[in-house]
Amino acid sequence: MTRIENDASKITRREFLASTTGLTFAMAFAPAGMFLMSEAKAKAAGYEIGAWVRIEPDNTVTILTPGAEMGQGSMTGVPVALAEELDADWDKVVLEWAPADPKTYGYTRKRGERISQSMAIVGSRAVMMYYEDMREAGAQVRKVLLQAAAKKWNVAPAELRTEPNVVVHPASGRRLTYGQIATFAEVPAEMPAVSTAEYKDKSQFRLIGKPIPRRDIPEKVNGTAKYSIDVQLPGMVYASTVHGPVQLAEPESWNDDTVRKMKGVIDIVKLEHGVAVIADTFEHVLAARKVLAVSWAAGATAEGYDSEQALETAYPEIAVDQNANNTTVGEAGDVDAAFANATKVYKADFRSDYGYHAQMEPLNAVARFNAAGDQVEIWEGTQAPGRSRQRIAQALGFGLSQVIHHQHYMGGGFGRRSINDYTIEAALIARALKRPVKMIWTREEDLAYGMFRPQALQCLEAALDGDGKLSGWRHCVVGDGGNLLYGGIKLNKYYDVPNQFIEQRGTSHGIRLKHWRAVAHPFNLFAIEGLMDEMAEKEGMDPFEFRRQRVAMTPKAREVFDAVEKMSDWPTKRPAGRALGLSVSERSGSLGAGVVEISLDQQTGKIRVHKVWVAIDGGTIVQPEMARHNVESGIIYGLSSVLKERATMKDGKVRQSNFHDYEVLRMSEAPEEIHVEFLDRLTKPTGLGEIGNPFITAAVANAFHALTGKRLYHMPFTPQRVIQALKA
Amino acid sequence: MVSFYINGKQASVNAEPATPLLWAIREHLKLTGTKFGCGAGLCGACTVHVNGKAVKSCLTPLSSIAGKLVNTIEGLSEDSSHPLQKAWVAEQVVQCGYCQSGQIMKAAELLKQNPNPSRDQIVAHMNGNICRCGTYTRIIAAIQRAAREG
Ligand code: FES
Ligand code: FES
Repeated sequence: MTRIENDASKITRREFLASTTGLTFAMAFAPAGMFLMSEAKAKAAGYEIGAWVRIEPDNTVTILTPGAEMGQGSMTGVPVALAEELDADWDKVVLEWAPADPKTYGYTRKRGERISQSMAIVGSRAVMMYYEDMREAGAQVRKVLLQAAAKKWNVAPAELRTEPNVVVHPASGRRLTYGQIATFAEVPAEMPAVSTAEYKDKSQFRLIGKPIPRRDIPEKVNGTAKYSIDVQLPGMVYASTVHGPVQLAEPESWNDDTVRKMKGVIDIVKLEHGVAVIADTFEHVLAARKVLAVSWAAGATAEGYDSEQALETAYPEIAVDQNANNTTVGEAGDVDAAFANATKVYKADFRSDYGYHAQMEPLNAVARFNAAGDQVEIWEGTQAPGRSRQRIAQALGFGLSQVIHHQHYMGGGFGRRSINDYTIEAALIARALKRPVKMIWTREEDLAYGMFRPQALQCLEAALDGDGKLSGWRHCVVGDGGNLLYGGIKLNKYYDVPNQFIEQRGTSHGIRLKHWRAVAHPFNLFAIEGLMDEMAEKEGMDPFEFRRQRVAMTPKAREVFDAVEKMSDWPTKRPAGRALGLSVSERSGSLGAGVVEISLDQQTGKIRVHKVWVAIDGGTIVQPEMARHNVESGIIYGLSSVLKERATMKDGKVRQSNFHDYEVLRMSEAPEEIHVEFLDRLTKPTGLGEIGNPFITAAVANAFHALTGKRLYHMPFTPQRVIQALKA
Repeated sequence: MVSFYINGKQASVNAEPATPLLWAIREHLKLTGTKFGCGAGLCGACTVHVNGKAVKSCLTPLSSIAGKLVNTIEGLSEDSSHPLQKAWVAEQVVQCGYCQSGQIMKAAELLKQNPNPSRDQIVAHMNGNICRCGTYTRIIAAIQRAAREG
């Protein structure tokens, strides 16, 4: 059962805390991390406190889940760790969304002295960041229940055991369900301390590592799952924003009279970078959008921008310009000496185009103000509820308490939904209109006003020493977007190169940019592993052997390479017309190695990926089935961008407009087989939402070389580029 | 005003004849299981049945369905008991879920025409439906399961 509500959490936090029956465990944040406390103490406390777990006399256990759900299963995966240590009966567990309040529900990030809380589900963080806190909270609640039962039976707590939702006294055969205990027990003023030694041993796990059906699936197969686009409010009207064809241009004027005369049109609202049309129905909004003609102020940075030209001519110049604006990303040893003493130097340049998130649900939000205009209610699907609420408050000049936030399922996120520019638009329109508004961007708007994964040029050089070992490494990435360009550029998590210099060289085009699933890893690993493959080939070595003998690999890397070599049965010859390619995958603490098997239609230039194998070290796998699914999803997402996806800008305008010219992978292009294996680990869970896509680019390019003897240096590998490469 | 049947019940929608069926279903009739993905017939998120045939409702004008039988995901079964819905749960197909109403409606048309489709037939039939989360292999497995288990 899941109580994830469409219109607001039916049970507000206050009600949750005020419940008179059962046991409620509140949760607070302190500099040392989050901790559980009694309800009484929570109410008396002078700071923000929220409920986290509640046990009802009917034996249901309610757990708030902070795992924003965009398809990756974290809504289920995060609370599983708590339920495990609590020894809860999963069938009796009810999940509710945690409110948008990171102070209470956020995970704790410690960076040096700085401790912060965030609910942002980005960088594959959900399970990884909440896991320890969740386990501790579950163990504490269990201990409270054990102590209460021990007192009741007048026995030592050590004599007691638990079964799912039941405390048992084996000596006497007595049993009490958690619900029964909840009728008489009290939450102590101070929660009992638990040490990690008291945590369950892996062999005792009933939930972690076991396939647990995702809670969101039943309602996603019958149309009842609610996304923000589905919200219906009394008196609600519809809006859509038209943004400048050149991103971030400001509107000057438009054919106001004509549009206002159109059927159903209620208002037209000017926004900083767009004009919103509002009408009684969405079909009237769409009609008005078509007629609306806006003239845009000159002077937007992106004006005249030609992305293909920049990538072909401007970027190579920046790469060699000593005065270019640069950031050193990584440095070790004496790289100049390594190159000076090299017996061989290999060099290659790689390019990648802009990528669009193309989350299936076009961006939208619903906003409603109260009559006094001093409080707004927001319905949206966001990866970062806390930040979203804060940004809305800021945009409206409100305090946080004036923003009531309702979280929804997301029809995909992929990094796009951790910035809520669309929600702010909805709020501003609702304020101007004094009516509840559902604001929906059309697909065309979502794309043209997209926030893209930046395009990049990568220039790499590698030095081999007298023994043929990789001794020096230079990698320069050129483009717009700062750290959006260099995440994943460092290879020290898998290869230990003694002398290296890694830098980013920046420019700026005025195009909106954003994290995209695995951010910069997909294109950085394309370059790193592309060059690795090229060196192996030129040294006359098998790609696995080259890495093992010539590159100092980390132990973790060795293990994933060994595993995928076995899985894919690498040494065995493939049928004619098929070939294999290898690459490493690295992201959010996880490490993997992957192999793909491809074929090629020489006539059309279409590459087909038939099989994929990937071996991953992701620490403890909390939910293996979900984890596997996430990796498969990442592989398809990655493959889509490798084979098809490219956004380009000409005269400052995004040239693609919908799925006919921004093509994504379809069923007929998906691999027939995907094999995912996780190494058996007891270490903390690491991120898995994005480990599926970083390896795929280089793996496909390397397989293409194995098949044709030619190399692909520019992703995506569109048929046109493939044919060009074949002729080269 | 256009009248038709939706999930077995009579419905009238007060909108211009050119209004896309999608918006009539979602915002006039408040059946929000049918989704808006592209508005241009390119993704299949808006797939519904009209007189038993799967159509992209974003490209279907209201005028064309007068008097016809429209079925949406909400009408596929009362209680998620359609073989495809059961298979979708059993195979844990779904990620974000946004495309899945359309996928299931499209697959339902296939099984009606061909209770035992081959893998290639499934792919050919389903290729117009995008799943950005990449659940394709699981969709195929679920359709095969539904065909097997009925
Ligand atoms: S919304 Fe109709 S096909 Fe995409
Ligand atoms: S499940 Fe997300 S688009 Fe298909």
